[in-house]
Amino acid sequence: MTAQTDETQAAPTLEFGRARLRKEDERLITGQTNWTDNLQLPGMLHIAFLRSPFAHARITSVDVSAARNEPGVIAAYSGADFADEQGSLPCAWPVTPDIVIPAHPPMATEEVRYVGEAVACVVARDRYAAADALAAIEVDYEELPPVLDMREAIKPDSPKVHEAGNQSFDFVFANGDVDAAFRDAPVVIERVYRQQRLIPSAMEPRAVVCSCVGGEFTLWSATQIPHVLRVMLALVTGIPEQNIRVIAPDVGGGFGSKLQVTAEEVLAVLIARKLGRPVKWTESRSEGNMTVHHGRDQWQTLRMAADRDGRIRGFEVDLLADMGAYLMLVTPGIPILGALIFPAIYKMDAYSFRCRGIFTTKMPTDAYRGAGRPEATFAVERMVDELAAELGLDPLQVRERNWIKPEEFPFTTIAGLTYDSGNYEAATARARELFDYDGLREEQELRRANNDPVQLGIGISTFTEMCGLAPSRVLGSLAYGAGGWEHASIRMLPTGKVEVVTGTSAHGQGHETAWSQIVADQLGVPFEDIRVLHGDTQISPKGMDTYGSRSLAVGGMALVSACDKVVEKAKVIAAGLLEASADDLEWAPGRFSVRGDPDKGVTIAEIALATFAAHNLPDGVEPSIDADATYDPDNFSFPHGTHLCATEIDTETGFVKIRSYVAVDDIGTVVNPTIVDGQVHGGLAQGIAQALYEEAVYDDAGNLITTTLADYLIPSASDLPSYVTDRTESRAANRLGVKGVGEAGTIASTPAVVNAIVDALRPLGIQDVTMPCTPERVWRAIQDARGADQASAAEQHAARQSDQTQGNSPQGVGTPDQTGGAA
Amino acid sequence: MTEVTVTVDGVKYADNVEPRLLLVHYLREFVGKTGTPIGCDTSNCGSCTVLMNGESVKSCSVLAVQADGADITTIQGLANGGLHPIQQAFHETHALQCGYCTPGMIMAVSDLLRENPHPSDEEIREGLEGNLCRCTGYENIVRAVRRAAETGVSS
Repeated sequence: MTAQTDETQAAPTLEFGRARLRKEDERLITGQTNWTDNLQLPGMLHIAFLRSPFAHARITSVDVSAARNEPGVIAAYSGADFADEQGSLPCAWPVTPDIVIPAHPPMATEEVRYVGEAVACVVARDRYAAADALAAIEVDYEELPPVLDMREAIKPDSPKVHEAGNQSFDFVFANGDVDAAFRDAPVVIERVYRQQRLIPSAMEPRAVVCSCVGGEFTLWSATQIPHVLRVMLALVTGIPEQNIRVIAPDVGGGFGSKLQVTAEEVLAVLIARKLGRPVKWTESRSEGNMTVHHGRDQWQTLRMAADRDGRIRGFEVDLLADMGAYLMLVTPGIPILGALIFPAIYKMDAYSFRCRGIFTTKMPTDAYRGAGRPEATFAVERMVDELAAELGLDPLQVRERNWIKPEEFPFTTIAGLTYDSGNYEAATARARELFDYDGLREEQELRRANNDPVQLGIGISTFTEMCGLAPSRVLGSLAYGAGGWEHASIRMLPTGKVEVVTGTSAHGQGHETAWSQIVADQLGVPFEDIRVLHGDTQISPKGMDTYGSRSLAVGGMALVSACDKVVEKAKVIAAGLLEASADDLEWAPGRFSVRGDPDKGVTIAEIALATFAAHNLPDGVEPSIDADATYDPDNFSFPHGTHLCATEIDTETGFVKIRSYVAVDDIGTVVNPTIVDGQVHGGLAQGIAQALYEEAVYDDAGNLITTTLADYLIPSASDLPSYVTDRTESRAANRLGVKGVGEAGTIASTPAVVNAIVDALRPLGIQDVTMPCTPERVWRAIQDARGADQASAAEQHAARQSDQTQGNSPQGVGTPDQTGGAA
Repeated sequence: MTEVTVTVDGVKYADNVEPRLLLVHYLREFVGKTGTPIGCDTSNCGSCTVLMNGESVKSCSVLAVQADGADITTIQGLANGGLHPIQQAFHETHALQCGYCTPGMIMAVSDLLRENPHPSDEEIREGLEGNLCRCTGYENIVRAVRRAAETGVSS
């Protein structure tokens, strides 16, 4: 069967910019996909983990002996069985010199620090037998006090998560004279915002298979980072790196959650080595909600100083970031990535940033789509709206007053980033037009005047972000443990076909299609003749993998560099074949011809065949036109855009309906508009979900109570609107002009939605609704603001205080201590 | 152990299974139909949706023994050679990214269009609320269903 590959009938032209349908689809729509859990190896055993039921406890004894006698059980292990070999799960981003990085054994040996931490495991003939035998394991715990709220955890009398205390690091950055910016400022806005804890929820649960044959390990994992994982497994276990092969087969989404080196991956390797048999572990969703790293979770204390005309003078950011119980691969780096983007598209005199990373007895946090930038964007876009409200100005007007003008690029921001390009005016003008901004403002006035029970709100997000992670030097200066380059290889096959090997590791992004388009243009070979290989360290030996919207801006550029080298090598051989001087040859993609004699030429396919035969190559020329390239970017890339959201709020029920959503993104040039639209749609859905639906909730004892998809509400089709998407274009400074699009929708949309909700309710005196803005929270905010009866208000206040103590504030409704106003 | 006879994608199978064996595990591990993936354990996500006697079921919420005598169609048996129009529509409208929810989504769409051959966008969204997708934001899935409906899949 053949999948249709192209819906356009246009004459052959550049592949770049063409709405190619995806090469990946055929196997995915027919059920021929190669998920890790599909894998069956001869003699394969199944692992099941016994996990801590306590948020914090000392393990006093573990007895697995009875489990070993259960039917079909081959082995059962406690942490003690791995003590000499399991090492500590890595943290590659020590953001300050004095950061506290506690030991993080893959299987707990002495103490458990979150519900779900592995304490023992069973290895059995099938998954049912393994799960059954867990009941025969005896574990005794001595409970310790849980630590659940960062704001309590920083107090000196708080129980400790680790002996070294509850603070992992205190990172500060400042530029400009902050005191001067705030001193005598006519307006100072102060707010505290809550970034709730989220569960990334890729549709494919994690799965791991490991085989060990003669000391050589092959690990299949549902991972975003096969290359990074390989290095880390070698460092953690001491197994020589050359004896480890990591394969990421088809991977069902990641969103940052599979950018990790997990306990289960390390333990699968160790168990395969102990038993000499292949092993598999596949998590259940409930297990995953507890033990796949979580995202976000910050308290943001913000101050913005401005002049009366809306000009921003200074911005102070003070974060508490919940690390959870341990630091995982890039846990501390997530809020620090955000540090660079809080000033966003705005000019200001001074900026200060402080982030304290705090331990709690919860699942560690780490990258989740956007990773630091959604938090920063939410903060600044909410604050600019608050400033506009304070000044009685239109929020778009305040933005325009402060944003970097098109003619000011390249522009170095107060956070020290140099934005290469952008045009905020163009994106905003286009979004206004598509949204009918003026018309909706008129309708809003009318509904307010009529006291309509359904109020209209308009939310704005003129976001930017930094992606294309990352220039290796910058990562070094931020103390990250690796570089940010990407690798590509081009293999020219004798039949004229091309294999492209990439170090990126797609898990839904469509690299097989987009990379084919790029290479087709560079080499002048048909799109159909190109095959893209990835996700196996034996096939693609070098790479930094896929996260941080880096794949195109870095990996795509590596492809271009490798193609350049192929053309350069082919030129020498073409000169020999044409009996001409290489200096006299002209390259038009796909063919060399002799200058002045265009009929005399040779195609790249002919050169590939002649190179394969190698019968009459010029003296001293190697018989290969294959090439490798490793590309390290000079700078980040800076996608931006203007997103506008209209919400209708039923003030009687608190129900929020997104009436329309317009996303105009400037992501530079576009390889494949179909794929780009899809990335934006999915990003919007996740950002909207943070605003309206999702929250990981722990109870007072530290149990995660949102363990299933019945409790953790990832939105369905009926919960989401249809989106209007469009683009404006300012080229990035790289040769392709590309910026990246994987996270833009998520970063932009959360503040757009919350701004729209607050905008609808502001006449009631409401300044904030804490995310997720559920109907109950919105309804309570309205009731509170209308001053309901005193008794009920007092009751709600008490409930709110108690909720906030748990870190799950139901609302932050204009509480007096959060109001700023004129100074 | 209980003996079950199940027809899967047109082939009859007879097996002895544990009474607690889930249909989805039976399909994946006894019959080798790994095209049907598992996304959750509470029947919320719909990734494992198959047709049982022509109607969509979440195969994680059906025991293999309950499928005794039943006719099961999975994503691997939906098309009769080539691509089924719903599969084609998903491809043409870019209604999938990672593809993990896609088999279940396509099977749910086939049941949706059987019951309602010309659904409105709202009916599509409501009809698919038992199937979760984390990649597409559903925009292009709705387009795919519209396109499949236009080609008259249900007839």
